[in-house]
Amino acid sequence: MKLLRLILVIALLVCPVVTGRAGDGVDHEQSSEIDVGEILFGHIGDSYGWHITDWKGKHVTIPLPCIVHSSTGWHFFMSSKIEHGHEHEGLFIAGEGRYEDKIVERGADGELVRPFDISITKNVASLMFAAVLLISLVLATTRWYRRHDASEEAPQGFAGLMEMMIMMVNDDIIRPSVGEKHYRKYSPYLLTAFFFIFVCNLMGLIPFFPGGANVTGNIAVTMMMALFTFIAINVFADKHYWKEILWPDVPMFLKFPIPIMQTIELFGVISKPFSLMVRLFANIMAGHMMVLGLVSVIFVTVKLGPVINGSMTVIAMLFGLVINCLELLVAFIQAYVFTMLSAVFIGMAHQEEH
Amino acid sequence: MNLMLPDSGLLFWMTIIFAIVFFILAKFGFPIITGMVDKRAKRIDEAIAAARKAEESLAGLAQEQERLLSEARTEQARILQEAAVQRDNMIVQAQEQAREEAKKIMDEAKARIQEEKEAALRDVRKEVALLSVTIAEKVVRKELSTDKGQMELIDRMIDDLS
Repeated sequence: MKLLRLILVIALLVCPVVTGRAGDGVDHEQSSEIDVGEILFGHIGDSYGWHITDWKGKHVTIPLPCIVHSSTGWHFFMSSKIEHGHEHEGLFIAGEGRYEDKIVERGADGELVRPFDISITKNVASLMFAAVLLISLVLATTRWYRRHDASEEAPQGFAGLMEMMIMMVNDDIIRPSVGEKHYRKYSPYLLTAFFFIFVCNLMGLIPFFPGGANVTGNIAVTMMMALFTFIAINVFADKHYWKEILWPDVPMFLKFPIPIMQTIELFGVISKPFSLMVRLFANIMAGHMMVLGLVSVIFVTVKLGPVINGSMTVIAMLFGLVINCLELLVAFIQAYVFTMLSAVFIGMAHQEEH
Repeated sequence: MNLMLPDSGLLFWMTIIFAIVFFILAKFGFPIITGMVDKRAKRIDEAIAAARKAEESLAGLAQEQERLLSEARTEQARILQEAAVQRDNMIVQAQEQAREEAKKIMDEAKARIQEEKEAALRDVRKEVALLSVTIAEKVVRKELSTDKGQMELIDRMIDDLS
């Protein structure tokens, strides 16, 4: 109760500042409507530069390297070269249309052509940052083990926390789900997946520079995660698993001459990683959407006058706080669920000798 | 809306980044940690087993001690009893020996006393005989100093003979 009152007081203190600033903004650009959709999709989507904030009417953006192979060969340049509709070596960012916000070039007959594009975008940079962070966290933990005799003493502090989390995932998710016999082979992958997703999720919740990118809420990222799990499930599966798919124990007419069961089973094989992909993507994206939408409420209601704007600001901040706390939970739960389901699917592919 | 369309560049980088992260962590990260923790768990199990064993052996030791103690006690009792018996035997033997010795000494003493007594008696008899002979001589001499006395004696002797 005390905490709630404190939050309310802070919200009320902050709101005049926010509305005041927002009011100034309206004075400047009275003509421009606030496009919530653009704000939302701009934050959720990918971009070539890392937009941090607007300062005195200017975009503060970290330029990121663009790597493009177009009809004129390889191009390496910084994203600042093609900002605001500038053209660089025949390449520019498309406006409206099929390739909105992507680097394109003009084809022979004038239409837009998408070149082969492996630019370090905001999401890629964020992925790299998360990767470096994760590797340093885990290697910092292993350093403790190299320096101490782990059979004599248990780590404390940071290494202890990491050990607790790693062993929680290892012993509570991976081991029972995959099965005692095979779990050692899969635990490095599943642990990597868990911590990779968890770190990316948490970084997505940090609203300023190193975080804030919507990495695990991007379908390409979750698709690759799901693909790795697909490989882990199917490549090392045993005979029993394949027999269950290709020649299950069902009446003959269900599997020959029309392979009904096989079709269903194969569909299941595909749908398992597909569900993993969509679940993670949708959950994280929805979380980002909600927080951004609530923040946008503050700016949308500026036009409605200071009273409504002020009260809406308080409400939006309170809701935003609640949603952010929820997202903190979701960040963990989605990593947990992805890992557990991957482990369960892997376990199902090793049902022999159980 | 391209939210549902995976971007090829991001797919490419995601594959590379995740592969690198996986490679590094699977080689130098997680197995070391899980392995160490497993090792520690094993060691703790071993330590518990060892402690149980030690406890058991300690209990065994106490039992052994008890057994040794009672054994020692019975041994002591046995030795004491034996010693008592032996002592009694020795006393009895010594008494017997003493008795025998005493008897021997007494017998010897008695024999010697007897001998002495006999010797003394022999001496006394000899002395008495001598004395009586001397007295008799003197009496006879005095009696036979007169004829009458001589005659009376002859008569009495003849009377005795007759």
